[in-house]
Amino acid sequence: MKRFTLTRWRHVLLLGAVVTTGVACAPIEPWVKPYEREHLADPIMAIDPDPVSSSYRDHVFEVREAAKGAMGGAGGGCGCT
Amino acid sequence: MRAALRVLALAAIVVMPAARCTVLPDDRADVLYHRYQGGGVTVDGPSVLVRKKVGESVSVAANYYVDMISSASIDVVTTASPYTERREQKSLNVDYLHGKSIYSLGYVDSKESDYTGKTAMASVSQDLFGDLTTVSFGFSRGWDTIGKRGEPDFRQTTDRRNYRVGVSQVLTRNLLASLNYDNTTEQGYLQNPYRTMRYAVGGGFTGGPEIYPHTRTSNAAAAMLKYYLPWRAALTTQYRFYSDTWGIDAHTARLEIAQPLWKRWVLTANYRFYKQNAADFYSDLFPSANYQNFMARDKEISAYTGNTVGIGASYEYKVDRISWLKKVTINVSLDHMMIDYDNFRDLRNASAYAPGEEPLYSLRANILQVFFSFWF
Repeated sequence: MKRFTLTRWRHVLLLGAVVTTGVACAPIEPWVKPYEREHLADPIMAIDPDPVSSSYRDHVFEVREAAKGAMGGAGGGCGCT
Repeated sequence: MRAALRVLALAAIVVMPAARCTVLPDDRADVLYHRYQGGGVTVDGPSVLVRKKVGESVSVAANYYVDMISSASIDVVTTASPYTERREQKSLNVDYLHGKSIYSLGYVDSKESDYTGKTAMASVSQDLFGDLTTVSFGFSRGWDTIGKRGEPDFRQTTDRRNYRVGVSQVLTRNLLASLNYDNTTEQGYLQNPYRTMRYAVGGGFTGGPEIYPHTRTSNAAAAMLKYYLPWRAALTTQYRFYSDTWGIDAHTARLEIAQPLWKRWVLTANYRFYKQNAADFYSDLFPSANYQNFMARDKEISAYTGNTVGIGASYEYKVDRISWLKKVTINVSLDHMMIDYDNFRDLRNASAYAPGEEPLYSLRANILQVFFSFWF
């Protein structure tokens, strides 16, 4: 399998930053209005409803696996405007 | 290493999700009992997490976590003696809300008899586009000190740096997505001082010291979709790709459904798949003592496939008698982990087999969590 090198990861990150910057500068209308976010605001849609539990579970897996990181949510989208 | 991994996990959940939609997290206390049992190892203990707002713009979270370890694992019974250990971890995290941004600072301190870990972290998140998008950046730095029981002069150190970027996005009125990227560099002593590798001698084998590289850089990228189902349930799918400079690639996939029932109950079911290949310098049996410059026989960097299934239940109490207590939930979850190793062999009955012909090792473990959550 061809390895995904650090340089290639950096290029992906740079591309992501450029795209994000471009999008951020454009006038975008929220396509899901605040009054349409009832389902997203439901507690069952919380990205991490029980941090004390998910932290422990992540720890159990990370102790036994080589892979780690990136599984936590970045938050957002609860509709509580 | 256990402490370092624990700190990384905590950093991910305490700092990054602190910024859900430009409001500070709820005031909340969680009291959890955890128990892991499998492969001759039992780890249990409490975890208490308390989060409280201070004024309108600041939220403070503190966590106290204990692992009580009783280990007679496959590594221990084949190369050493069973042992017990206790690890304590304390952390403090402060979030500051300013406009559409949340700035977070955190510190974690972990101690066990032969390992200490200290980690400082900082992150910022920003809501954009009418709160449809949340972008976050995080950095953490860790300093670990490794000792060895029975050798008071043994002292090694590890330095860790972790960079994180994340985006959460509302895609439709029923669908959330998030993308996360992690880069971690570790430098220093990256192996377990008690573990040994094995190499062939004549018609048998013997043990020798493991030799690890002193650096490791890893990258992980994950995507998650969370969908609100028409009958009020939440379906979560997640995939992660991981790659590091030790030659390990790993795939993780997770599926979870949360189903509310009878007003006060929420039932959950989840499945998690994991697969990795071995590190470049891993071998179950090396041909000779000095076969290559790096040599390891740690099953965590061998090739294997893991499957985990779990169920959980949560019951919500309405507390009318205590005015300051908004609600309480009682939660129980049980996960069953099944790991089948592709090139790590079970040496507990090694004398019955030729070297390299022993049966492959499999791990079966149960993970129990019982916790109470209080919103106030």
